[in-house]
Amino acid sequence: MPEAANHMSGGKGVPIELRGVTKVFPGTGEPAVLDLDLTIEAGETVVLLGPSGCGKTTTMRMINRLTEPTSGDILIGGRNSRDIDPDRLRRGIGYVIQQAGLFPHMTVAGNIAQVPRLLGWDSRRVSERVDELLALVGLEPATFRDRYPRKLSGGQQQRVGVARALAADPPVLLMDEPFGALDPINRARLQDELLRLQEELAKTIVFVTHDVDEALKIGDRIAIMQRGSRIVQYASPAEILAHPADDYVEQYLGGGSSMRLLSLTRVGDIELDQVPHATEDTDAGDLRAQAEADGRGYALVLDRLRRPRRWVTTKALAGADGTAGEVEGEPAGVLIGGRTTLQEALEALLNTDNDVVPVVGRRQVYAGAVSLGTVQQAIQTIKSRERDRRRRQHGDGGE
Amino acid sequence: MSLWEYIADRRDLLLFEAVQHASMVAQCVLIAALAGVLAGVATYRRPRLSGLATSTAGVVFTVPSLALLGLLIPVLGLGVAPSVVAITIYALLPIIRNTVVGLSGVDPALVDAARGIGMSRRRSLLRVELPLAWPVILIGIRVATQLAMGIGAVAAYVSGPGLGEQIFSGLARLGGANAVNSALTGTIGIAVLALLFDACYVLIGRLTIPGGVRA
Repeated sequence: MPEAANHMSGGKGVPIELRGVTKVFPGTGEPAVLDLDLTIEAGETVVLLGPSGCGKTTTMRMINRLTEPTSGDILIGGRNSRDIDPDRLRRGIGYVIQQAGLFPHMTVAGNIAQVPRLLGWDSRRVSERVDELLALVGLEPATFRDRYPRKLSGGQQQRVGVARALAADPPVLLMDEPFGALDPINRARLQDELLRLQEELAKTIVFVTHDVDEALKIGDRIAIMQRGSRIVQYASPAEILAHPADDYVEQYLGGGSSMRLLSLTRVGDIELDQVPHATEDTDAGDLRAQAEADGRGYALVLDRLRRPRRWVTTKALAGADGTAGEVEGEPAGVLIGGRTTLQEALEALLNTDNDVVPVVGRRQVYAGAVSLGTVQQAIQTIKSRERDRRRRQHGDGGE
Repeated sequence: MSLWEYIADRRDLLLFEAVQHASMVAQCVLIAALAGVLAGVATYRRPRLSGLATSTAGVVFTVPSLALLGLLIPVLGLGVAPSVVAITIYALLPIIRNTVVGLSGVDPALVDAARGIGMSRRRSLLRVELPLAWPVILIGIRVATQLAMGIGAVAAYVSGPGLGEQIFSGLARLGGANAVNSALTGTIGIAVLALLFDACYVLIGRLTIPGGVRA
């Protein structure tokens, strides 16, 4: 029977609250975690970021009671974790560890089925769930179901690890450096997929890492920790980059904050530049007037579906008397979409001969353009916005 | 009388002794396996206790089997009892040691994962740790069996059952009729039994070691 945690299975994330949590390991003088308070909103991905030995893993392990807190309370979905049998508690919390920790003597399906079996699901429901999860994490069920873990690559193993953690659809997911052992390409790919999954699943995720870039990419909020699990700053990636709380945070981020902001911000989220533009059936004269008013000396011709076609100069327009479509010009070149990061946009800008690159929306429809100026402006805006927010939060405006 | 004639002549007796020998070894190893795995499971988490268990078994191991059998006579008399006790005690050591080694050789991260997804300690032991340690434990049992085969032969010294009787009576009558045949028959018989048992273990291994961890 479905014994475990009815209150804790079935979907969306629940909030987690740590109140005055302390952990002293027997035989060590210094506490690993000291009087920690941390509130994690439902459905949020919170990254615990810090150097090894700072107590971030201990903090995470106290949430599912693999490590028992010495004092303090942890509330999961409003319930004190001390009041729940540890084994049942853990069946309601997905757990992903480094190098996946798959059971080598069980097939992929067997591994994923562990928690549903613990919860007493019937075998038909279990096998349906296994296939569903394999598809979810991007592994073809028919191919992978009956394989043993050692026949899988590191990336595939960790996909199965994530599937195993998600098996009973727990509201909370704990991930302890899950991608730490992967090569950079696979790591990036799995990070992307985690983001995609999280968009769909909206779990409450606690993610431990010492990799700054990973934290910035994955986290809705990041708790930067120092020894003894002291939280130095707990904020969104953009705020941390724009305004590191102190020297420690700044040092830990390791410089290049603006560059990192570029890779966090998407073109769709910034104010775009507008260049003179018209569809190819417009009169060339109208476009010339527009271009002259703009003063940059060029304009963008769109096709009938408003997709960028080519750049034309004011000079070429001046000599034309038909429609804009008949004017000779340079091809529009690289187009970028709204999901592109500013970093990638910058890359595109540096690689073309033009000062601007057109931005397109759905079906390649013209949406605007970016130039070096646009990017710079965007970064300034983000920084001042974060500054204003901090001022409001702190009231006195002190930094 | 040639060896072959000797064997053919006493076919029934030899077969009986061989079955006795095999049955004694199998039963002793079974008892030792149950006790040894239990002892290993009970102690592997505490290094000091498991150290004690293996070293105790190790000390017993240094006592020559003939001497141990002799020591058991005043307590248990002659026959089956001292034989079974001696064989079981000797068989324990490799089994306890391999159980402890096998269980502590399981990757701690896997135990952590098992506990982390909500397996109880017992379930983790039965579903994860023991299956993973099983190949090593099985080797321990296999070694214990070979050991038991040999000590089973010596057990004839205290009138234990089995093929040892052939060897001892042969050696006692050395120079007499069929003495060499008798000793040879016993020795070869035990060797054949040992090979048969070993073949069984290969089969047991095939059947019980999960695919993912088979070498």
